[in-house]
Amino acid sequence: MGSSEQIDRVTDLRAWPGEFPVSHLYTMGIAGERFFRELKDNGRFLGSRCAACDHVYLPPSIFCPRCFAALDEWKEVGPQGTVRAVTTAHRGVDGTTLKTPETLALIQLDGADDLLTHRIKESEGLEIGARVAPVLKETPEREGSILDVRYFRAV
Amino acid sequence: MRKVAVVGAGLTRFMRRAQETGPELAWLAASQALESCGLGLKDVDSVAIGTAPDAFDGVHMKGEYLAPGAGGWGRPVTRPYAGGGTGVLVPIHAWFNVASGLFDVCLVVAEEKMSTCHPHPQGAFVTIFDNILERPLEPNLIWIFALEMQRYMDTYGITKEEIALVSVKNKRNGLDHPSTHVAEEITVKDVMESEVMVSPVNRLDVSPVSDGAAAIVLVSEDVARRISDNPVWIDGIGWNLDTAYWTNRDLAYPSYVERAARMAYKMAGITEPRKQINVVEPYDPFSYKELHHLEGLLLCDKGQAAKITADGVTQRNGDMPVSPSGGLLGVGNPIAAAGLMKVAEIFWQLRGEAGRRQVPGQPKVGLAQAWGDLMQVGTVVVMRVD
Amino acid sequence: MTERTLPGTPLSDEDMQQGKVLTLNWPASLRYEWDTGVAIGRFLRELKNGRIIGRSCHRCQRVLIPPRMFCERCFRPTDAWQFVQDSGSVNTYSLSHLRWDASRVEEPILVAVIEIDGSSQGGLLHYLGDVRPEEIHIGMKVKAVWKPAEEREGSILDIRHFRPIDTAQDGPA
Repeated sequence: MGSSEQIDRVTDLRAWPGEFPVSHLYTMGIAGERFFRELKDNGRFLGSRCAACDHVYLPPSIFCPRCFAALDEWKEVGPQGTVRAVTTAHRGVDGTTLKTPETLALIQLDGADDLLTHRIKESEGLEIGARVAPVLKETPEREGSILDVRYFRAV
Repeated sequence: MRKVAVVGAGLTRFMRRAQETGPELAWLAASQALESCGLGLKDVDSVAIGTAPDAFDGVHMKGEYLAPGAGGWGRPVTRPYAGGGTGVLVPIHAWFNVASGLFDVCLVVAEEKMSTCHPHPQGAFVTIFDNILERPLEPNLIWIFALEMQRYMDTYGITKEEIALVSVKNKRNGLDHPSTHVAEEITVKDVMESEVMVSPVNRLDVSPVSDGAAAIVLVSEDVARRISDNPVWIDGIGWNLDTAYWTNRDLAYPSYVERAARMAYKMAGITEPRKQINVVEPYDPFSYKELHHLEGLLLCDKGQAAKITADGVTQRNGDMPVSPSGGLLGVGNPIAAAGLMKVAEIFWQLRGEAGRRQVPGQPKVGLAQAWGDLMQVGTVVVMRVD
Repeated sequence: MTERTLPGTPLSDEDMQQGKVLTLNWPASLRYEWDTGVAIGRFLRELKNGRIIGRSCHRCQRVLIPPRMFCERCFRPTDAWQFVQDSGSVNTYSLSHLRWDASRVEEPILVAVIEIDGSSQGGLLHYLGDVRPEEIHIGMKVKAVWKPAEEREGSILDIRHFRPIDTAQDGPA
C-alpha cells in the first residue's frame, strides 16, 4: 500500500536546513585524569594492571572489563612501542583531500596489552613490527591531551 | 514464560557534574549491584543497557561505549531505548532475556551524563520538537510541560499550590536518599515564589540536570531460589506509545500510561490496583507529572491526584506512599538512571531494606513507572515479594 | 542500601572554571537538511499562499493537522487535501520566560497549542499576540495574523501569531 500522492514537480522538492545546537565539555574521568596528568606533568604513559586477568590496560581503567575488579595497580608503560597496524590517510575528517597525506598507526607501548592510535612522522616505509618512540611537546606546552604527544617516529 | 526476580541493586551518587566517565559511572553502579547479591561478572549471561539520547554525553553509539563498564565485554548486549521512559523499559527488556529462557542472569545498567552537554542540555532537548513545524518558533523544552500542566490544571480545576505539594513531599523524602543532590526542606510558598520559568512551571516544580548510574540484577526463578532469601518478582510489565503528533493528544490525561498500566496489571493479576499496590514510584520530572501519572496508572480517579496528595495519602506513612525515594525531584534526574533508580527503590522497599525511607506496613506489591520519548511513552513494572 | 556513602565524584562549577580537572571541549557541528516530504511540503506551500491545509481520512472521518499522507489510526493512506480555517481555539497556553537555550527574556513569549477550526482536534504549536497575558484562557477563539504575502516563504513563521477573534472585525466566532 503506497502513498496516494507523490511529489512530481522538482520545484516542490524542499529540504529544511537545521542543526543540533550542542557542544560538549568532557571530563577525562578518574583513570583519564591520572593518565593525562602523568603525560602532562612527567611525559610518561600510565597503564593499569589487572593481576587476575594479567592484562595491562592502556589507556588505563579503574576497573577490569573482563572480571569487573577494581584496579589500583598503576604501571608505567612505553615510551617506546611496536607498530601493530599502519595506514596512510589521503582524505581529512571532512572528506577533502589532504595536501600532505598523514600516516597513522596502532602502537603497542612496551608493557601494555592494548593499542594506542597516533600519528607517525619522519618514518619512511614504516611496517608492522617497526619500533617507534613518541615525540612529546615541551613541558610548558603540554595541556593534558593526547596531542601532548606530537607524533611517533621510527627508532 | 519463566518467572523473573530482581535480586540485587546498586547506585552511584546523583551529581550536577561527575568527574567519572560514563563507563566509570556504569561500573560503579553495576559492580555494586552484583556484589549486593553475591554474584560476579562471571555469572552474568547477558547485559541490557539504558541511556537516553547520545547528544547528552556527546558520544555516538553510547550503548557500545558504556558496555565495558556495564559488564558487556564479550557478552550479548542490547540497548533498548524510549527516551525518558528508558529507565523502566530496560528492565522490561531484561525481563525478556530471562523469562524467555535464553539467559539466567541479566545485568541491567542505566547511565546518564547530562553535564557533558555544554553549556546546557537544552541544545539537545530542543531537537525533540518537529524540526520544520516547531523549531522555527524557537521552543524551549519546558514549553511542552508547561502547556500540558496548564491543560491539566484547567481541565480538573487544580491549582499550582496543590501541585507544589508534590515538590515539597519529594524533596523532603529525598533527604533520606544517599544519592540525592537536590533534596531540601521547602514549603509550598517556596515553590510558588521560586523563579517562573515557563508558566505555570516554576523552578522548584522541575527536577535538575544530573549525572549518575543505576543497576539491578535480574535472574531466573532457579537462580533466585538458590542465591536469595527474599527475591522480588517482576509480576507485570507494560509499555505503550501515543501518537508522535503531540499537539493532537489529550494533554490532560496520559492514556498511554493507562494502557501500559492495564497491560502490566493484567499480567500481574491485579484487578483493584488501589487496594493491591502498596508503594508507588511514578515518574516525576515535573511536579504535576506525578499527579498525571497516578491518574494514568488508575491509582486514583481523574483529576483527584492533587486531592489525595493534599490529604497525605501519598506520604511515606500514608495509605499509598508515592515516590518514597524522593523521586527525580528529590534525588535527581540522570534520565535513564533515574527511572531505574525507581525500580531499585521498589526492590528495597519490598525487601524492607529502604532504611530511613522505608514505608511502614511491610509492602508486598509495588510499581515503578517512567515516561518520555516524545512525551508519549509509558513504561511500567509491577513487583512483588512472597 | 541505606545509610552508606555511595560512589561518585561531584565537581563544582569552580572546579571546572579553575581547571582543577582536565577537560576537553568539542563544539559539535551537526548540520542537516530535513526533507519536507509530501504532506508538510504542501502544507508549507499553502502557508505561503496564506492558507492552512490538512489531509482527511475517509475511514475515521478525521481531518488531520499537521497533515500526513497516512492515517496512523487506520494505517492506510489519507484520502484528500482539505483546506481548513485559519482560526481556532486555544487548547492550552503558557508564558515562557525562557528562550530556547534557557536564557531569560524580559517580556514573556506567549505560546499556545491552537486547535484549528475545520480539523479534528488538529493542533499547532504557535505564538499568541495582540493580547494581554491575563486575558488568555483555554477555549479562547483566535485567528492567524499572516505576514504580508511578499514576505511569506513557506514557513510556519508565515503566520506571525494567533490573535483573539474580534467579533466586530471578524464577525461572530
